[in-house]
Amino acid sequence: MPNPSPAARTAYDAIVIGGGLVGAAIGYGLQRQGLATLLLDEGDIAHRASRGNFGLIWVQSKGLGNPHYQRWTRGSAEEWPALADDLHTRTGIDPRRHQPGGVTFCLGEEEFEARGEYMARMQAEAGNFGFEYRMIRAAEARDMLPGIGPEVTGVSWTPYDGHASPLHLLRALHTGFTGLGGTYLPNAGVTESTAAPNDFSVSAAGQRFTAPRVVLAAGLGNAALAPRFGLEAPVVPERGQILVTERTQNLLPMPTVSLRQTAEGSLMIGDSKEDAGLDTVTQSPEIMKTMARRAVRCFPWIAELNIVRAWSALRVMAPDGLPIYDQSERFPGAFTANCHSGVTLAGTHANRLAPMIAAGALAPEMSLFSARRFDVRTAA
Amino acid sequence: MFAQRPDPRPATVEVFVGDAALRVPEGSTAAAAVMLAGLPAIRETPVNGSPRLPYCMMGICFDCLAEIDGVANRQACMVTVRPGMRIAPQHGARTARVPA
Repeated sequence: MPNPSPAARTAYDAIVIGGGLVGAAIGYGLQRQGLATLLLDEGDIAHRASRGNFGLIWVQSKGLGNPHYQRWTRGSAEEWPALADDLHTRTGIDPRRHQPGGVTFCLGEEEFEARGEYMARMQAEAGNFGFEYRMIRAAEARDMLPGIGPEVTGVSWTPYDGHASPLHLLRALHTGFTGLGGTYLPNAGVTESTAAPNDFSVSAAGQRFTAPRVVLAAGLGNAALAPRFGLEAPVVPERGQILVTERTQNLLPMPTVSLRQTAEGSLMIGDSKEDAGLDTVTQSPEIMKTMARRAVRCFPWIAELNIVRAWSALRVMAPDGLPIYDQSERFPGAFTANCHSGVTLAGTHANRLAPMIAAGALAPEMSLFSARRFDVRTAA
Repeated sequence: MFAQRPDPRPATVEVFVGDAALRVPEGSTAAAAVMLAGLPAIRETPVNGSPRLPYCMMGICFDCLAEIDGVANRQACMVTVRPGMRIAPQHGARTARVPA
């Protein structure tokens, strides 16, 4: 698609590089704070993780050993209702948020015990912040979810989990952003840039733009962009595959970590993880088979549903699997945001992170998310 | 609305579209039978309930979904008729058979 027209202005309060869920949520938040924001989107040659997202708002497995990540994720689940309402009101686009809580299935006694220990540790680490969960035996889980298979020994449940439509969310964020006066520029990969403290220039789509703030939200592209702004973003791809069944009448009252039913009735099967480089085209039958088999062990009635679509996409993974948020020490005003949970974290990105960026400083507790955690410390 | 070519093969295979019996040539698709039956629609979409008839006839558009011999959501244009085949409308999303 050709660019509709050149952007009229070239000086902005903030430039966000990356038009996926992370960049659009931050851009939306900045524009709502009153900052004239430019959102640069590379185009469909980008890896487009946001188009392949599974759509969970997922809390229950996030941040073992890193309670700050659990809090950040939980914070986002708390912000989600307000964000969804705000977007729906402003744009008329419903992100189809549904947060009834969620479950993780355990097949066999060993999985149930391991999951129980995992959840107990999550709760212990949460301290006074709290972490509500239940380990529910199959007999009771059968009353919560329809047609559970005989191999299911139980589920873990937390009230925080939910799901949404990633595509409706992305469209709502873009529509909300431009509706608030933000400038969206498609087919605008960054060609050149300069960095000085609170003074940046970025060239894209044949134009040069300037701003005192720049936010790198380019997914895997951040790895190459960050050093230009005195930042580090050591992110690598982790492929996930998704299988989609034909639509069925509504059956699943809540999402599971690897299976959810969309508002329109499709069942989505996901949660695979593999290293396939940047390949999103060739999907391996072995992994698809494993995914389908586990789904059928959880819900045997899924076996007779037709698979109508399958795709894969690349998660944006830091070495430890946690998000990276940073402000450049060398060039204040330059920020990075990197994560593999563009849907889950949309709430905090729009409602908490964007105000920090607008104010010019990340809150002190965000320092735990800095890429400095990967630096080797010299012995004293 | 739909007419057969002037040189049709003989209509020898009897199928049922809804409750109506009709004969179609051997090798026809179930979607062809649907169109010859003259129904106003063979399915209603799951989300908006809008009526659909076979369209692309080559397995792409999914507008010809029908319940064929008791199996929901089959692409009628990809199914060759058999004697006695029952082709019924697909009303919205199918139902999964969940044991009680």
